[in-house]
Amino acid sequence: MTARTDTPSAGWRDWLTTDTPQSRAQARLGRAWAGWTAFRRNRLAVAGLLIVLALVVVAALAPVLAPYHPYAQDLNGRLLPPSAAHWLGTDAFGRDILSRLIHGARLTLMIVALVAATAPLAGLVIGTAAGYFGGWVDTVLMRITDIALAFPKLILALAFVAALGPGIENAVIAIAITSWPPYARIARAETLTVRRSDFISAARLQGASSLRIILGHIMPLCIASLIVRTTLDMAGVILTAAGLGFLGLGAQPPLPEWGAMIASGRQYVLEQWWVAAMPGLAIFIVSLGFNLLGDGLRDVLDPKGD
Amino acid sequence: MMIDIQNLRVRFGQGADAVTAVDGVTLSVREGESFGLVGESGSGKSTVLRAVSGLNDDWTGRIAVAGTEQGPKRQKGFYKLCQMVFQDPYGSLHPRHTVDRILAEPIAIHGLGDADARIDRVLRDVGLGPAFRFRYPHQLSGGQRQRVAIARALVLEPRVLLLDEPTSALDVSVQAEILNLLRRLRAEHGLTLVLVTHNLAVVANLCDRLAVMNRGRLVEEMSVDELRRGAAREPYTLQLLRASQGYDRATAESFRDYA
Amino acid sequence: MTDRKMADNAPLLEVSNLRVAFPTRTGMAEAVRGVSFTLGREKLGIVGESGSGKSMTGRSILRLVPQPGRVTADRLAFNGEDLLAASPRRMRDIRGRRIAMVMQDPKYSLNPVMTVGRQIAEAYRVHSKAGAAEAKRRALEMLAAVRIRDPERVYDRYPHEVSGGMGQRIMIAMMLIPDPDLLIADEPTSALDVTVQMQVLAILDDLCSQRGMGMIFVSHDLNLVASFCDRILIMYAGRVVESCRASELHAAQHPYTRGLLASLPRIDEPPGDLPVLSRDPMWLEA
Repeated sequence: MTARTDTPSAGWRDWLTTDTPQSRAQARLGRAWAGWTAFRRNRLAVAGLLIVLALVVVAALAPVLAPYHPYAQDLNGRLLPPSAAHWLGTDAFGRDILSRLIHGARLTLMIVALVAATAPLAGLVIGTAAGYFGGWVDTVLMRITDIALAFPKLILALAFVAALGPGIENAVIAIAITSWPPYARIARAETLTVRRSDFISAARLQGASSLRIILGHIMPLCIASLIVRTTLDMAGVILTAAGLGFLGLGAQPPLPEWGAMIASGRQYVLEQWWVAAMPGLAIFIVSLGFNLLGDGLRDVLDPKGD
Repeated sequence: MMIDIQNLRVRFGQGADAVTAVDGVTLSVREGESFGLVGESGSGKSTVLRAVSGLNDDWTGRIAVAGTEQGPKRQKGFYKLCQMVFQDPYGSLHPRHTVDRILAEPIAIHGLGDADARIDRVLRDVGLGPAFRFRYPHQLSGGQRQRVAIARALVLEPRVLLLDEPTSALDVSVQAEILNLLRRLRAEHGLTLVLVTHNLAVVANLCDRLAVMNRGRLVEEMSVDELRRGAAREPYTLQLLRASQGYDRATAESFRDYA
Repeated sequence: MTDRKMADNAPLLEVSNLRVAFPTRTGMAEAVRGVSFTLGREKLGIVGESGSGKSMTGRSILRLVPQPGRVTADRLAFNGEDLLAASPRRMRDIRGRRIAMVMQDPKYSLNPVMTVGRQIAEAYRVHSKAGAAEAKRRALEMLAAVRIRDPERVYDRYPHEVSGGMGQRIMIAMMLIPDPDLLIADEPTSALDVTVQMQVLAILDDLCSQRGMGMIFVSHDLNLVASFCDRILIMYAGRVVESCRASELHAAQHPYTRGLLASLPRIDEPPGDLPVLSRDPMWLEA
């Protein structure tokens, strides 16, 4: 703001780390910068972030990156081992596995994004409402949560897919419906620890409505632990989606969904191992990436660290 | 009368476990007066304050503020009339909100315009200045936080300020600054203050009149002049006075429980 | 008892150039910066504001500074024994039996699933190898000594069933049952009501005078320390800026001490602005 004589690079660093920000944006960026500085110190978390970013880039640029069309069959080139022409080999229809994995990244990312955008949000709303209002609201919402928690996740997802019909959209819905209860529990627990605090009382004394208090005061304090939990759960979501795909209840052929790809490679697993192993490896790497990222985020976002 | 409380009763819990926290308290505070409510822990002094503020809605009796009788649930307009400052400045500010957000919120709730000018003015009023506007609470000292909490209470320009042990979590040098600030704000804004505290010296410094509470009951009301002269009538008040004069072996021996 | 008699002439505790430092991103931050004092069989008050290093000074004597803090001193000796060189095992023996510590909040120091009586008896048995019946008898005596009216009944209570003042008395009973030579009390009465506070202080006072125990009383409350202790150290930013006899605190010389005293509101003074302490950077070095 004032006349600065520092070099430009030291200038923006000072600008971010100053104790006296001049604007809302600067305060927010400064806080983000402090978080990034803490996150950066955790090497494994940075590796996780790079893996997740790579997934996003691959998904975005799939048509450019993939050497072949994912559905292009070559019945003369079936089950070829990895080679210079087909880096990861070909499958039973002669389709290039690398190209299918690259396009499959879009499906994986879509599943992850849809589940991450729905289940934690539903859990957050239910959990904070139950925790803040207490009484019968709490009782009703939490008993519903208990009931949902009592079902085994994969079995419930199977039942939903069986009822709605196989397909990737229904698989996402099934996963989202079965994974919100833990988020509701976390959000409720966080809400209970803050709802009696003085800053909530102060907000009530300013005439703030319950909606405003939940949205503006309670949710921001729950979101940190939900982000961490969601990130850690993404590995499980990918595995569940792959499991549904493997069982033929998720993505349908010829979609290059990684779980379905493993399923189709199952019968050749001894002789042509790469058909099943390559998508398996992809699932493994992406799951690991989300887990590492989640661990790193926990260190940065955990409100108890303040 | 700015605040008029008649026969206030507050009970916590139900059935056999019920505890009467406030047992028939009647008191009134004049407009512009600074009133101290003194007692030890469990005396019910904070409970009275929370009932007046609207934080506790489970009471019986009569509470009138600025001539308007108040029910358990308050109208939105009430909060523009009467605000509160809490004891612990570390717990009373939202850890993820900047000072700016904290002060802008009441302005937005009540649809008052001109947020920038109001925030600037109130920050200057509490002696912080605009440099503090975009800081987070963890970047502030305890005294600065309490100033922000006072600014938040003042931003709605209330006529009554309820103070719940506003300095007991602070170092003595910071306590002096906050007491001076409250005195100045009271004079400048014509505020009515109700100060809940266990510290008689703080009451003597800031108040005109005080009431002593013990176990949910009002023991005695007196002026601060009488307090200064040690002219208390009730033995419980005299005991409090003696205890606040520092340690004395013989005096400690004489203490007893008053029911 | 022989070593106690011997020690009557020598100081109980010698502290010279005590430093406590914590590593931070930008280097070592010193919480205590060269504190020196000796303690006899007396009540020594350490006063200061938050962050002055008064609590760290108390804790470092028992080597209870939290990790990764580092304690150094030219000399830190208890009854002539070097505490910094003592083995962890020797320190455990000294803690509790020879030097006891009472903290502000008894709730965190008492085991919530054990009756208070058993905790006191255990504390006695750990150090004395006495039988169960003997330990119980001593524990009841100790509860009576801290003026708990009905020791038999309180003996069988759990910590959550007693009030704050009672809990602090129980803590004191537990700490004093091995008959230590030195008690370090860190804000032992700050969470208590003022009348209860005076009663607990009276108990500590009597125990000191009857048993010839030395005491370090860490507090933020100038008036309380001045009326309770024999001698006072005033700390600011990790250093002792002034030390004086408690009765002469009102004649203190250092501007920080004078500023603190002036900023206290008083019942017998008319209302009006209190003098505000303006901190001089020079005090950091003085």
